[in-house]
Amino acid sequence: MGSLPLFPEQASTIAPEVDHLLYYLLTVAVFFTLLIFGAIFYFAIRYRRRSERELPHVIHGGLTLEVLWSVIPFGLTMVMFSWGASIFFTESRPPADALQIYAVGKQWMWKLQHLEGQREINELHIPMGRAVRLTMTSEDVIHSFFVPAFRTKEDVVPGRYSTTWFQPTKPGKYHLFCAEYCGTNHSRMIGWIYVMEPRDYENWVSGGGPTGSLADEGGRLFESLACSNCHKPDGSGRCPNLVGLFGRIVQLSNGSTVVADEAYIRESILQPTAKIVAGYQPLMPTFQGLVTEEGVLELVEYIKSLGPKPGAPAGANVPVVVPHQQ
Amino acid sequence: MKSWLLTKDHKRIAVLYLATVTLFFFLGGAFATLIRVELLTPQGGLVSSETYNKLFTMHGVTMVFFFLIPSIPATLGNFFLPLMIGARDLAFPRINLLSWYLLVIGGLLALFAMLAGGVDTGWTFYTPYSTTYSNSWVIATALGIFVAGFSSILTGLNFIVTVHRMRAPGMTWFRMPLFVWSMYATSLIQVLGTPVLAVTLVLVFCERVFHIGIFDPALGGDPVLFQHLFWFYSHPAVYIMVLPGMGVISEVISVFSRKSVFGYAFVAFSSVAIAVLGFLVWGHHLFVSTQSVYAGMVFSFLSYFVAIPSAIKVFNWTATLYKGSISFATPMLYAFGFIGLFTIGGLTGLFVASLGIDVHVTDTYFVIAHFHYIMVGGTIMAYMAGMHYWWPKMTGRMYPEGWAKLSALVIFLGFNLTFFPQFILGYLGMPRRYHVYPDEFQVLHVLSTAGASVLAVGYLMPMIYFIWSLRYGALAPANPWGATGLEWKTASPPPVHNFDEAPVVTHEAYDYSTVMGEVIEVG
Repeated sequence: MGSLPLFPEQASTIAPEVDHLLYYLLTVAVFFTLLIFGAIFYFAIRYRRRSERELPHVIHGGLTLEVLWSVIPFGLTMVMFSWGASIFFTESRPPADALQIYAVGKQWMWKLQHLEGQREINELHIPMGRAVRLTMTSEDVIHSFFVPAFRTKEDVVPGRYSTTWFQPTKPGKYHLFCAEYCGTNHSRMIGWIYVMEPRDYENWVSGGGPTGSLADEGGRLFESLACSNCHKPDGSGRCPNLVGLFGRIVQLSNGSTVVADEAYIRESILQPTAKIVAGYQPLMPTFQGLVTEEGVLELVEYIKSLGPKPGAPAGANVPVVVPHQQ
Repeated sequence: MKSWLLTKDHKRIAVLYLATVTLFFFLGGAFATLIRVELLTPQGGLVSSETYNKLFTMHGVTMVFFFLIPSIPATLGNFFLPLMIGARDLAFPRINLLSWYLLVIGGLLALFAMLAGGVDTGWTFYTPYSTTYSNSWVIATALGIFVAGFSSILTGLNFIVTVHRMRAPGMTWFRMPLFVWSMYATSLIQVLGTPVLAVTLVLVFCERVFHIGIFDPALGGDPVLFQHLFWFYSHPAVYIMVLPGMGVISEVISVFSRKSVFGYAFVAFSSVAIAVLGFLVWGHHLFVSTQSVYAGMVFSFLSYFVAIPSAIKVFNWTATLYKGSISFATPMLYAFGFIGLFTIGGLTGLFVASLGIDVHVTDTYFVIAHFHYIMVGGTIMAYMAGMHYWWPKMTGRMYPEGWAKLSALVIFLGFNLTFFPQFILGYLGMPRRYHVYPDEFQVLHVLSTAGASVLAVGYLMPMIYFIWSLRYGALAPANPWGATGLEWKTASPPPVHNFDEAPVVTHEAYDYSTVMGEVIEVG
């Protein structure tokens, strides 16, 4: 017991923006609460029944009043809508130069992977002042990645990737909560975000993982799963060449196209027959059950690391049309 | 006994419903008590996490499906809708009895699930947890809700037909009391929305039992699809729960200020507007569920449209008091409590409809506080207002006024002490459905639990004095409040066929000059 906190810490660039919107909403809410409570108290006392035989004059209503108390609140709510939507839009668009980190939720822990190879459980170390982009998925049920001090939250859904991003503004240790009920130990699926001074972070991360970077791990997995037997870097294999694939537009056999993003690569590994590249046969077996979600993320990172993306600036998802492969 | 169990009299069926939903209210209340006692300490020492998860699930299931949804429509609506439009009964008396049996069967199935071991999915049954991972009594509970859903559909159907076909001569649509309008709007949602819940539960059944991939991605399904289907019913269901309460408040505010409701047509049509718009906002429960950014914006935008008719109602009720003759009888005190708490509940709804705020507060105690202000502060206050208002008519006995006024005060104070701290907890980041929690949240949780104890006393008081009044209460006259509705033009309690003489309506609703003798004009 003891302390009585009333307001959460602000530790990201988005947090003050959310709080400003909150102040606007609070102002409107307090004004109307006082207006309604005040009017009820005033009328109830001013017009209290003094005799059982009282009969008030009939007042049917007034169109002007009805219009006024519909239009004014509606105007106020449209400010709430636009302001909230603009923050939401910012929250949904991570900056292109954001630091990429992967998160996998499972009953009941958070597993986090840095590109350099560090793995963390229920802890995430990030540098202050740098935008961080999380790509997240779940191994079982729906979870939700919630950092109150950053005012950000995004569900972590099995079978798909979701993203969230934040730019910490204050070094410190902040709560990480699972916000979507996920079973027995839901309330123990919590952890800490450590926001470090950039130099401390560099020291922390430069140690690397015990087995090299995430892409290195992915490369080893690529070999051990025998992916390289068919996906040959010179394009001579029975399956598409993966060099420079990430971020490009892929022509499919059914005539449609798809951008080769994380979700597409994940689907192609786990459900290879869902989208067949034009000019290829549906030969690839599914790797569902053979590779974990973390393994899939390593493979994605490996494929990202394969060669330059012709014509695309680094880090941006600028699509380039792939010539029809024979 | 047999005459009760086979009755086709809407008034007796209403009493059967009253007994049933009261039992479920106290059962749901018992779960809530255990939850609040558990949350006194952050470490979770009273029960295991497994048990805690079952407690909040069974609290939600019991309160939503077996108390709030049937509460006002099936008790007060069943009893008074025919009386208020001058009908002898509902259009389909046998179906009315059937719908009570369906609620009882559904309730017994859910009760069986609770006794057999309970269910731990949350009342929202999110997939794939509910279909693949939970080792609890999901199917039995879902089946109970499925069966009770048909009770709700049949009641809605019965009311719609009754309002269309059974109005007394002269009872035009715009002479109907506003309670009837709100019951009509509620019935539309029950008939149109509940089948979607039934379909969704069948799909959950198919996946859980036959492993047909619908929601679980491991089986090729889409887990978020469930959320769309569930909220397509469950958001309108919020209006099933609160619209009837709004109808009660319109009656009570009018009678106890002895004035026609300000802007009658606006209040009537706002009920219908809420019913229709309520179907277009389900996606505001999915702002962080990986729904597209633009879908989020559309649902946020539409959610503000549904706020306006609610605001119109609050303004019109307040304006009704202007230059009225205001009595502080118990139903009016509860109605004041309703307006205050519903205003706070409604205004905090504007917070959660705003995308930037909702990302932070969704799935936290802020949302818990918001919807309890609507469903407990709104619906239950209105239910209590209606119970006190119509108790003399239903039973022929008056309740003890002093105790009743005290209960209104205790409930209002206890409610605010329970739920206001939860707004602060939520903005601080305390997630909902947490058995153990960080120490810094404890003070606010202790305040909330203290409030819940006060609230519990407040709810037990009417339970005791209502039962006491059945035997010892003063005999009620036909029209103790000087009200204008047709239900007050017959004896208390009403005879089996409601009216000795078929009523003919010659005036609009709420014309108090028709029920008073010598008057002093004021205002």
